[in-house]
Amino acid sequence: MTEPLADPPDVVGIRNVLRARWKALPFWYRVAVAIGLEILISIGVFFLDHSLGYAVAAVAGLYWVHRLPRLPWRLAGQLVIISIFLFTGVTSLAAALAIAFAVFWVPARYRTWTLPLVAVALAVLYPFYDSKMFTIPVFGVWPDVATGVVMLVFIMMAVGLNIVVGYAGLLDLGYVAFYAMGAYTAAWFSSLQFAHRHFHFGAVGLTPNLPGIHITMWLLLPLAGVLTALAGIIIGLPTLRLRGDYLAIVTLGFGEILPQIARNGDNFFGTGFNLTNGPNGITPLDSPGFGHGISNLTGQFLPANYLQCCHSTVLGHQIQSTDVFFWTAIVLLLFTVFCSLRLQYSRLGRAWIAIREDETAAAAMGVPLMRTKTWAYATGAFFGGVAGAYYAFFKSATFPGDFFFNISVFILCMVILGGMGNIWGVIVGAGFLAYLDREGLANTGAWINTNIHFGHWHPNLDVPLYASGIYGLIILVVMLFRPEGLIPSKRVAAEMHEGVSDEPLYDAAHAGADG
Amino acid sequence: MAADASAPTLANRFQRPSVVGLLGGLVVLGALALLLKNLTVSPSGFFEITLIGLTTGCVYALVALGYTLVYGILELINFAHGDVFMLGGMFTITYATSFFGLHPGQGFAIVPIVFATLILSMLSCGVLNAVIEFVAYRPLRSAPRLAPLITAIGVSFIIEDVGLAWKGPNYVTAPDVFPHTKVFSFRGVDYGWNKLIVVAITIPVLLALLYLVQRTRQGKAMRATAQDKDAAAIMGINVNRTISFTFMIAGALAGAAGLCYSLYVTTVRYDQGFQLGLIAFTAAVLGGIGNLPGAVLGAVLIGLIQSWNEGLPWHMPGSDWTQSIVFSILILILVFRPEGLLGERTPEGG
Repeated sequence: MTEPLADPPDVVGIRNVLRARWKALPFWYRVAVAIGLEILISIGVFFLDHSLGYAVAAVAGLYWVHRLPRLPWRLAGQLVIISIFLFTGVTSLAAALAIAFAVFWVPARYRTWTLPLVAVALAVLYPFYDSKMFTIPVFGVWPDVATGVVMLVFIMMAVGLNIVVGYAGLLDLGYVAFYAMGAYTAAWFSSLQFAHRHFHFGAVGLTPNLPGIHITMWLLLPLAGVLTALAGIIIGLPTLRLRGDYLAIVTLGFGEILPQIARNGDNFFGTGFNLTNGPNGITPLDSPGFGHGISNLTGQFLPANYLQCCHSTVLGHQIQSTDVFFWTAIVLLLFTVFCSLRLQYSRLGRAWIAIREDETAAAAMGVPLMRTKTWAYATGAFFGGVAGAYYAFFKSATFPGDFFFNISVFILCMVILGGMGNIWGVIVGAGFLAYLDREGLANTGAWINTNIHFGHWHPNLDVPLYASGIYGLIILVVMLFRPEGLIPSKRVAAEMHEGVSDEPLYDAAHAGADG
Repeated sequence: MAADASAPTLANRFQRPSVVGLLGGLVVLGALALLLKNLTVSPSGFFEITLIGLTTGCVYALVALGYTLVYGILELINFAHGDVFMLGGMFTITYATSFFGLHPGQGFAIVPIVFATLILSMLSCGVLNAVIEFVAYRPLRSAPRLAPLITAIGVSFIIEDVGLAWKGPNYVTAPDVFPHTKVFSFRGVDYGWNKLIVVAITIPVLLALLYLVQRTRQGKAMRATAQDKDAAAIMGINVNRTISFTFMIAGALAGAAGLCYSLYVTTVRYDQGFQLGLIAFTAAVLGGIGNLPGAVLGAVLIGLIQSWNEGLPWHMPGSDWTQSIVFSILILILVFRPEGLLGERTPEGG
């Protein structure tokens, strides 16, 4: 009963209590315990998989070397570890770690720019070196470029959702509805869906008398974004008055209704009007492209038609249409990240953060609650719509089965794992989870099934089948032990650990409501 | 935090009912007209479908009460509740067939078996729900409000996959033991024993719950904790134990619902819990969340609406649209009358 009083009120949650007790131990004692544990774990893992054992030892070692108090010690420690790996023959692993540390050791004032620049450069060049990469322990081969496109699209959606959840603190459980809106907008205006209309505008690779509406992707992406943002405003205006969990439920309701409309929209109440082509979805979509005019102007640098693209060989790599989709996705993602970063510290962004931290105080300081929240919702919806539209073009199809509640939670899981409110964290979390979803889980499952056995007993797990449970587990573990995410934003971390300022003893759930 | 329900929203309160009330009234009138038309098209069919709706509503009521109990005490939407209900169905099937050898054609021998299964299933789900609270929600009691909500979604997905790992991706079938013979047949309206048995299990459980909450010492502790945890603690109530107890009761209700559902519908699948849970949550919101009679009323209404929509012959949207209708009701209620049909006005609604 009196248990919660035993710890000081600012140390709450399992993680913080454990952390406080751990921190109370002497430094060298902690180092010794940690290194001992790591050696034990590394040895254990080494017997499962040699290179994985090396990797665990390397990462753990580098982490502890990084914690050493003096710079020369740190440098020396890193050199020792990297050279050990050079000698043991795990060269590619060592090279990757060396690159990471080269970036890490750039002085802090330049780091803001070098790290993203190196990341973008590595991403842009990815199609060229993908096939030459080493095999990651447990996770298997590096993701192929098509997976890369999906990862980028999901990162874009996660960055969009981060505006709603991370910046403004509005829990949106129906983000998949915006994704669906974008995808269907793209599909309606660049396929044979409305065959009784005939309208062409800038679409490439079509015979002139093809029926249906065909508009170029470059117009449809912003159009999808704007339409989705409008839908977001329409959904948001009545519902954003609600607080916290009620809002979550309402958005969840919309997220369930919209896919059902998509599924049943081939024949609305027996009227015969076919809006969404029902469970068969809309497929195929037109190929994106710049058209021959622009393509020739730029000396074939911009491809005329993505799907019939590119027979040129650059750096010993024949460029595929997937590569072009990949680079386009990078451009879109950069645009999203740019907007998100610029918004974060704008007047609007600061208003979002104020609302997230304390709605009443924000309102008292003159922040217009409804307008600010609606903007957050519309902005998040915009990027969700653009990402959905681009994904539809990449798949050249859209199906109602793609828009389950699971996807909303999946994207939410990306934001939470990476760190709510911190765009870099969200990018890392989203990239990792999207990779897991497309390839990682299957690869890991295969590794587990072949490498882990007790005597004659082999597990025969179908790991991708349990994907949603694994995401649920990630959500649970992150919320319990590191609620601010892997790469947190300092403000969110402070909010998560200090809680709401004038909270009662037992709950912060309804501070001020009746307490 | 909830104090933003101050001046502007209060002023709206006085203006809103005129327009909103009119619109709501029109919608309700339209629905009633549709029902009346259906009643004239086939009266016996209408009453039979209404009876089916009442039966489904009873099952929903058991689940909705779990939501309402937990929300009442923690202000937490326990997303995992629907999945606990699903596991309740699986517990029931396992206990009934593997432990007690339940199979069709046992006559009255099914009565003690079903009763024992009910007890076991309620116990398992109750313990499971209390464990969930202990592991997933208690450490976050003082975290920001959205944290336990997000955790609840995670737990829901985990439990769903537990069901998947345990029973596989296909429907699990329960023995169809409830007799389908008629209790009465009145002008073509049939009422089967299987429906009556569901009601006969549900109503005593509901009465026991009402007695527990309103008449017992533990119920008093629950109500006190729901009102003000600090004050309750000062009065010597063990708040943590009371919350655990509430989760246990909610889980037991889900277990009872799982038994009714699995033996009445005879199939359970791992992913049914979440959908049904959302429907039951809608019922709880419709009746006024935190309000026990409200949850029952809402659940019966939702059950009726669902079976009318799916069963009536004349110009009903049909089962393709059931979810959309239910969630539209949820959204409309939350937007225009967040306190529900029987609930009190809270600052939540603004």
